[in-house]
Amino acid sequence: MTSLKVVLAGVEMENPTMLASGIMGETGGSLLAMAKGGAGALVTKSIGSAPREGHKNPTLVELEFGYMNAMGLPNPGIDAFGEEMYEAGKAGIPIVGSVFGASAEEFASLSKRMQEFGAEAIELNLSCPHAKGYGMEMGVDPDVVASIISEVKAAVAVPVFAKLTPNTHRLIDVALAAEKAGVDAIVAINTLKAMKIDVDAMRPVLSNRYGGLSGPAVRGVGVRCVYELYEALNIPVIGVGGIEDWRSALEYIMAGAAAVQIGSGVGRVGPRVFGDICSGISSYMEVNRLRNISQLVGVAHD
Amino acid sequence: MTERFMVTQTAVNIASRAEEAEDVVTLRFDWDAPASPGQFIMVWIPGVDEVPMSLSYLGDRKGITVKNIGEATKALTSLQAGDQMIVRGPYGRGYHVPKGKVLAVGGGTGMASLLPALERVPTADVHTAIGARGERELLFEERAKRTSSNVRVSTDDGSKGFHGNAVQLAREMMSSTKYDMVLGCGPEKMLYFLHKLCAEKGVPCQMSLERYMKCGAGLCGSCAIDGKRVCREGPVFTGDELKDMKEFGKQRRDECGGRLRL
Repeated sequence: MTSLKVVLAGVEMENPTMLASGIMGETGGSLLAMAKGGAGALVTKSIGSAPREGHKNPTLVELEFGYMNAMGLPNPGIDAFGEEMYEAGKAGIPIVGSVFGASAEEFASLSKRMQEFGAEAIELNLSCPHAKGYGMEMGVDPDVVASIISEVKAAVAVPVFAKLTPNTHRLIDVALAAEKAGVDAIVAINTLKAMKIDVDAMRPVLSNRYGGLSGPAVRGVGVRCVYELYEALNIPVIGVGGIEDWRSALEYIMAGAAAVQIGSGVGRVGPRVFGDICSGISSYMEVNRLRNISQLVGVAHD
Repeated sequence: MTERFMVTQTAVNIASRAEEAEDVVTLRFDWDAPASPGQFIMVWIPGVDEVPMSLSYLGDRKGITVKNIGEATKALTSLQAGDQMIVRGPYGRGYHVPKGKVLAVGGGTGMASLLPALERVPTADVHTAIGARGERELLFEERAKRTSSNVRVSTDDGSKGFHGNAVQLAREMMSSTKYDMVLGCGPEKMLYFLHKLCAEKGVPCQMSLERYMKCGAGLCGSCAIDGKRVCREGPVFTGDELKDMKEFGKQRRDECGGRLRL
């Protein structure tokens, strides 16, 4: 029998597929639906200190090879999110609480609340490309990232993941700073900053003008980033960006990802995308006589 | 099979504009995208907003029927023939058009989503109950008569037809006729009690729900009800699915995803 079990920085998962932040992660019920689809772990929508409506519509553009979105971090605020975490906990699989803040202190206090709500790990959103004052605006500076991680690590006992942006030439510098500051894993990549112009309307479609590109269109960038991160780091890397079938999941795993996250694939394939990927990987492992998924992590490296 | 399908943003010109009732306008436009009854589209008015709208006409000359209730719908209802709007979709799972004896119950602008379903029923005997607050808000009575052998009207204020709400009228119709299926679209309180009525009478039903919606394409989760996406698994749900929903008739969510009592 093949085993897809993964232990990721101490978090035990039945399989390496995780729901990526921002997709179907705002309510307990929708998180449960993703668990039913076969995910090994679930990352919540990024939650901030106060309720936030996000950007006005249009917030999404559908493209042939992915999506462009500028949701603008809508979320009900940390106080209201305990109820959703309680509901999501019924799934019986690890829940990773994603948080965003404007300062190290805010990240730390949000992370602490997520831990109280039962999160088995914290994911720091250091990479949203379309919310002023948050995400990527902080996540491209290695010193800022290091100080946020130190503060959060001092505040919580559960593992801490940093989700980083590819919209910088300093990805490796940021990741190394994060590792040095004690982060337990790196999540890469978030969306690529992008724009869509409608030629009939003669203006950008997204109300925020700029958005983030996701889906198969960004997979090649994501795989490259994970490959580079795997070479540079000693901590695990979680791969995300355009995964929607077992082949694309394996690309990331072979590049060095210990686990993968799926977001756009939920829209393009459906919630069953998690289970489909797992059965595809299992068949691949059987054909290649592999017992454990860890045997595949990083095999694309010399 | 996967749920994958390809939709693109398309600019369409308004071919005609018709005032249907007080503050309710139908916009027709030529767009040959395949669509089934009960599906919706996302309509973008550049510079204003993008909102979900049920298709009230299918075929090559499609239509939406808009009630002016806010900024986006005000902009839509002010559009004139020749003006442009930008659409994407169609999205969602619509009505499973049944055979046999069908009762359609539409409240508010609910008839807009129901009529394309009724017009596609080749062998069904259709009865229709249309609910409105008053006569001036009554929608699509004449159009309903073209597909229904029996069209009844209810008004809350008694200005026309049955004095009462659409569910009370449906109860009266269901006590004299045995239906094989009830289709409902309208305010959720109406649907909640209609669903109860159908359960009591043992008649299967399908209802079209509404939730605050951002992406429309099954990604963001803003329209989730009990974990089901109104934009993808819905907007039409069967009576059995609704029975298991704790939030149906009880709770919706605001723009931030916070819980609100209905």
